[in-house]
Amino acid sequence: MRGAGFFDIPSDLQTSYLGLIGLHVEEALIPVAIGLAIALPLGQLCVRFSWLYAPVLWVTTVLYAIPSLAFFIFLIDYTGATRTTVMIPLTVYSLVLLVPSIVDGVRSVPQETMSAATAMGFGPVQRYLKVQLPIAVPAIVAGLRVAVASSISLVSIGALIGNQGALGNLLQDAILYHRSNLAMNSVVTTAVLAVLMDIALVLLRMALTPWMPRGGRAARRAARTAAVEPTARPALEDTTV
Amino acid sequence: MISHTKSTTGPRHLSATAIVIAAATAAALLAGCSSSSDSSSDPSASSSGGGSKPKDPLAAPAAGGTVVVGSNNFAESILLMDVYGEALKAKGVKVSYQPNIGTREVSYGLLKNGSVTVLPEFNGSLLAYLDKSAAPTSAQAATAAIEAKLDPKLTMLDPAAAEDKDSVTINAATAAKYHLTSQSTIADLAKVGSQIVVGGSPEFQTRQQGLVGLKSEYGLVPKSFKPLDAGGPLTVAALKNNNVQAADVFSTDASVAREKFVVLQDPKKLFGFANVQPLVSKAGLPAAGVAALNAVSAKLDTKTLLDLDNQVQNQKKDPLDVAQAWLKSVGLS
Amino acid sequence: MSIFQFISDFFRDSAHWHGQSGIPHRTLEHLQYSFMALGIAAGIALPVGLVTGHTGRGGNALALIATAARALPSYGLLVLMFFWLGIGLTPVMIPLVALAVPPILVNSYEAMRTVEPSPVDAARGMGMGPVAVLFQVELPVALPLILSGLRSAAIQVVSTTAIAATVSLGGLGRFVIDGLYQRNYEIVVGGATLIAGLALAMIALFWLVERLTVSPGVRGGR
Repeated sequence: MRGAGFFDIPSDLQTSYLGLIGLHVEEALIPVAIGLAIALPLGQLCVRFSWLYAPVLWVTTVLYAIPSLAFFIFLIDYTGATRTTVMIPLTVYSLVLLVPSIVDGVRSVPQETMSAATAMGFGPVQRYLKVQLPIAVPAIVAGLRVAVASSISLVSIGALIGNQGALGNLLQDAILYHRSNLAMNSVVTTAVLAVLMDIALVLLRMALTPWMPRGGRAARRAARTAAVEPTARPALEDTTV
Repeated sequence: MISHTKSTTGPRHLSATAIVIAAATAAALLAGCSSSSDSSSDPSASSSGGGSKPKDPLAAPAAGGTVVVGSNNFAESILLMDVYGEALKAKGVKVSYQPNIGTREVSYGLLKNGSVTVLPEFNGSLLAYLDKSAAPTSAQAATAAIEAKLDPKLTMLDPAAAEDKDSVTINAATAAKYHLTSQSTIADLAKVGSQIVVGGSPEFQTRQQGLVGLKSEYGLVPKSFKPLDAGGPLTVAALKNNNVQAADVFSTDASVAREKFVVLQDPKKLFGFANVQPLVSKAGLPAAGVAALNAVSAKLDTKTLLDLDNQVQNQKKDPLDVAQAWLKSVGLS
Repeated sequence: MSIFQFISDFFRDSAHWHGQSGIPHRTLEHLQYSFMALGIAAGIALPVGLVTGHTGRGGNALALIATAARALPSYGLLVLMFFWLGIGLTPVMIPLVALAVPPILVNSYEAMRTVEPSPVDAARGMGMGPVAVLFQVELPVALPLILSGLRSAAIQVVSTTAIAATVSLGGLGRFVIDGLYQRNYEIVVGGATLIAGLALAMIALFWLVERLTVSPGVRGGR
């Protein structure tokens, strides 16, 4: 017998509490992964052809301004009320958040460092993989942190287009069954998930950048940069480009 | 800077392009996988559209092979879905559930295009949706009228004795203010209609069994309409706090007694017949399934439905457990 | 029928243009909720961000608050607030303000931190007091970043205000929610288009504000 406790998931969701978490993580992270896979080469192109960066930023800023609910609804026409419909907008948002961080990160590599790498006989691919990318890691992770947090939060809105919101579906059931503890469960679990992912990304950055001082000024600085809204960046950038 | 970057254009550009293509392919594949199932249901949806729109983008993907039992977005509908589904399983029918589809406006479309096989319906409400002008005088006549208007691929099984009507229900303060009692009719409320805010689910605004019928049958034109939910906590909260003075509350709702709401009489039978009745797709349901659902309807009366609803809404039991326990108690599991 | 057909049908239907549930009234409601939330958020976050940024203390605490606030799902918070507070404007304002505070807070803090010390020193050398330094030197230099924080908050709030309709309030979300319930795809996409348009209008509005308020010296200097 299922009770009405905090972790008792109503049968109509047809999965357990852990199942919902798994679904939520999947719906949130696959888009970020695809977003990153597209953003890396796109960012590289923007670094390479600097004239490309301004228009790319404008397009991405406009895309980012499209509300998630509206985006879902436009897509229902093509992909139905499915998980794909939820994941496509999240992919676009991730892409939008990641391109500027990657460009900023790669651009922050000093020219001397690049020249040194060339002098050591690194080819362009090696230079990218062994020099530019590692140095850009803090900036990329900063972008990833915002992308992951926003993705996790937005999956819940999928509940409004027909039970596609994973943990967000608990909100619908909270209303259906007059059970506020389900709403509490949804909010708390989603928030904890976002914070845990954030911590994981910080740890990842530390692991990938062993040369950086831990918990030092640089790390704190990076933490704050992560918190600065990425949509704020275009305004800063379009004057420099 | 320029000469330096120029020398690297070739390989780096190439690798970048390769990754873009790979990522785009991956994305397309991903999209293709999950949308392939619903594209198969599209042709039937467009051929039997009925409405003015050839394709319904709100349709959800179909599940193949099994009997899909669906529900609308309120607790009682989910409960009845579980009752039907578990009764079918007991007779060896393979069942999958598609709960919380939405409103009748959405779920009826899913039955037509074959993505849902069985849906708990309420005969009078379904008739009002199919034929705004119908005014049957008995439940039998209602069933006949529905069959006449129903999509040829669909049919209604036996109705249960259990009824759950929409109603115009007012809160205690409004009853006291305008001297209305449980003997008063909706027409009595219509006299003070210009001072009344009516609440109901968003579709109540455009339905015959809603504002449309209230105006044509009783001349009730409220001061304004507040979109809430289908007899859920929003509606109850709004009525209780006097955000609305009258609302569409289900006659099986436990809040009526608890909050001292007054259900107004409906002499013109706008919300006339609302027997619980399975709406099914003919092709999708085997004979054993038909027998199983008719057996359920034979046992389900209003008192039972009230009791089951009460277990879900007030005692916070899970609808699936409530459904299984009841089926067991009447020997249908 | 393509999505664009639905959209154009929506805007061409004259019934959608007047009355309580008409486009102008719903747009007004939407802007009213959005700017109220934005105003409250700015009232809280701007002073805190500017003061901590000015003194340089509490930056880590701010980043923590911002991360935590961003982790809260707006729609979930709204449903929870409905259970606690019932129907009304307050349960809608709380998630919207929680959404708008982080970008304003963090950007105003960062904006003050990134003011270079040399113009501040120069101003002090010219005999300016701390108040004059704040208003005539630091704030004008910090303004672009502060404005982008506000813009970011405005875009997110305008987009998210749509959820107010799920708890029976008005705004442009009304079209989307009603349309989903009534299975009227035309008004669903119509409403969604209006919300997206409003969010884009915010970009334009802040671009204009920036042109008008940011000193050309600061703009050109970057």
